[in-house]
Amino acid sequence: MTATTQSASTTAAAGSGVRARLSGFFNQDVVLALLVVTLTIFVWLVNPRFLAQRNVLDMLNNSSYIAVAAIGMTMVIISGNIDISVGSLIGLLATISGQIAIGAQDGGYPLWIAFIVPLFVGALIEAFIGFLVAYLRIPSIVVSLGMFSILKGALILWTNGVWIYNLPDDFMLAQQAPLGVPVPIYFMVILTILAALWMKYSATGRAIYAVGGNREAARLSGISEKATIMKVFIINGVMVGIASILFATQFNAIQSTVPPGLELFIITASVVGGVSILGGTGTVIGSTLGSILLHVIRFGMQFVDVSQYWLQAVQGILILVTVMVDLLRRRRQSYSGRG
Amino acid sequence: MAAVEQQPLQTETFGQRLRAWLTRLVISQEGILLIITIIAMLVLSTQSDRFLTARNLTREAVLLFEVAMMALPMTYIIITGGIDLSVGSIFGMSAIILGFAWQDAGLPLELAIAIGILSGMIAGFVNGLFIVRVGVPPLIMTLATLALYRGMALGISQARSARGFPDWFYEVGRGDFLGLPWQIWILGAAILISAIVLARTSFGRGLYAIGNNELGARFAGIPVDRYKLIIYTFSGFMSGVAAWIFTSRVSTTRSDMGTGIELDVIAAVVLGGTDIFGGSGTIAGTVIGLILIQVLKSGLLLSGVKGDATTVMVGAVLILAILINNLVGRFRS
Repeated sequence: MTATTQSASTTAAAGSGVRARLSGFFNQDVVLALLVVTLTIFVWLVNPRFLAQRNVLDMLNNSSYIAVAAIGMTMVIISGNIDISVGSLIGLLATISGQIAIGAQDGGYPLWIAFIVPLFVGALIEAFIGFLVAYLRIPSIVVSLGMFSILKGALILWTNGVWIYNLPDDFMLAQQAPLGVPVPIYFMVILTILAALWMKYSATGRAIYAVGGNREAARLSGISEKATIMKVFIINGVMVGIASILFATQFNAIQSTVPPGLELFIITASVVGGVSILGGTGTVIGSTLGSILLHVIRFGMQFVDVSQYWLQAVQGILILVTVMVDLLRRRRQSYSGRG
Repeated sequence: MAAVEQQPLQTETFGQRLRAWLTRLVISQEGILLIITIIAMLVLSTQSDRFLTARNLTREAVLLFEVAMMALPMTYIIITGGIDLSVGSIFGMSAIILGFAWQDAGLPLELAIAIGILSGMIAGFVNGLFIVRVGVPPLIMTLATLALYRGMALGISQARSARGFPDWFYEVGRGDFLGLPWQIWILGAAILISAIVLARTSFGRGLYAIGNNELGARFAGIPVDRYKLIIYTFSGFMSGVAAWIFTSRVSTTRSDMGTGIELDVIAAVVLGGTDIFGGSGTIAGTVIGLILIQVLKSGLLLSGVKGDATTVMVGAVLILAILINNLVGRFRS
């Protein structure tokens, strides 16, 4: 890929070189960032209170756990798979975390266990999904659809839908705000940067693109497809674990239910962030921008007085538009490749 | 003379044929499932004497109706190698549009019912159109419309429900015809027609061809695009009909109706032996899959498990069914 771009820019005439650089600049991440800015300005013009410091922080804070989960989802989709079960998993892990925190309050073990266990449980459950997908060759859509309802039912069986109250104050990680910025935003920024660097420069990160982009080529270049898919799902489990802690510690109570449509929100963030649903392309910076965009839309709807009930319809349209743009771009690329 | 000679020959071939047919039935996916289903029903009938009564069985059939109606087109779709995740959302949207057209727009209820079903058809048609013309993978298209159609249901209704329909509206959902609930007659006819179309028409054979080798099917002159458009529209239509009759049974429309129902539908189809990668499957298998899931569900309910928690079983059944299919497939080849 890099080699092609280099040879193209060296052989191309000066004029088309500039154009290539321009179109390189206008990649999906930049387009998304511009979209976020444009939309923000639009809502701000209608209602200036939109850019009040508190609202902006609130918006980013709400985007954070979605963005963290979307990092994992992005890797899963780039590898050519999908995970529907994350909504249930976040609900389950948040409840586990809360129950452990309650236990820690009574003494016996330190509180940090409540922050560690969900990461391991998440990794374990996703490892199981990854195993079924990679080694037993069951389509990820079916495995994760099944897991979605298994986890959801298990959570109801376990908690009977009772909310968790009286959580210890130290547990409220997401409510703390060093330097005036809520903790989840730090998580979002740092994890996005780390994941982006890892995806770009590590061998495993490159392997994920290879497996999703061209399975046969990946195999021929000595990449183990199965091991890569396993790793992707395990990382996804850890990310979902972190997201569930940010989710669990937002409020003073944990609902012990599965937030409806949460997995769709996360998938939308990834897809809107430029992750091609056909696998092989996409970035985690894009998916983080995607989740911020979704929250600008969500909060913006309130500020321009559009009913929140339309949010899910907007999500559906966003997915469709992004997918169509992606398909059209691919078609054009394959034409120019032929010419 | 000739007749006497033929007589023993014919009985022998009949016996052989019967035995061959029985063996084939028993080792086929449908046969194995049927046996499991019968065992499960017998076990349940020993657990509770209320289970194997005519009254309970018709009640179970009525409960199964909506999922079953959607499972028929889903069988077609999965046979072609596609999937439709949006059926639950189409179901919810059709019901909301029915209620909205009658209560808020003030249209006659007959017209509202027609509009509700039509909106389901259009929703399915839009799925098919994007899959065929734009080339969006079915999984992604129907995932997007899962959000879109549910969002439409929420947006149109603003989470308000419609209720207070006239009495005649409840007839189809709660009434009987010749001693059996309407649902059983409608479902029976739908199953029969779907099975005949799949097994006995060139359209049905075309669906298998698409699932086995889409490019090959195209070269063989099968109108692949038109067939796909038809089955996704059919899926929307059946979701719309199911939504109408469900609304008639529960006497209200709510925007979250049918959330997660796609799981039950897909689980039943896959459990019934339809290959998730396309190319094989039967309506008979799907029907047995539906019955087995319903039997397991009511078994769990009888043993005191709460309704929501039965989703654990449905999810496990979905994964296990594909796992076993894969293993059996590897074993057969």
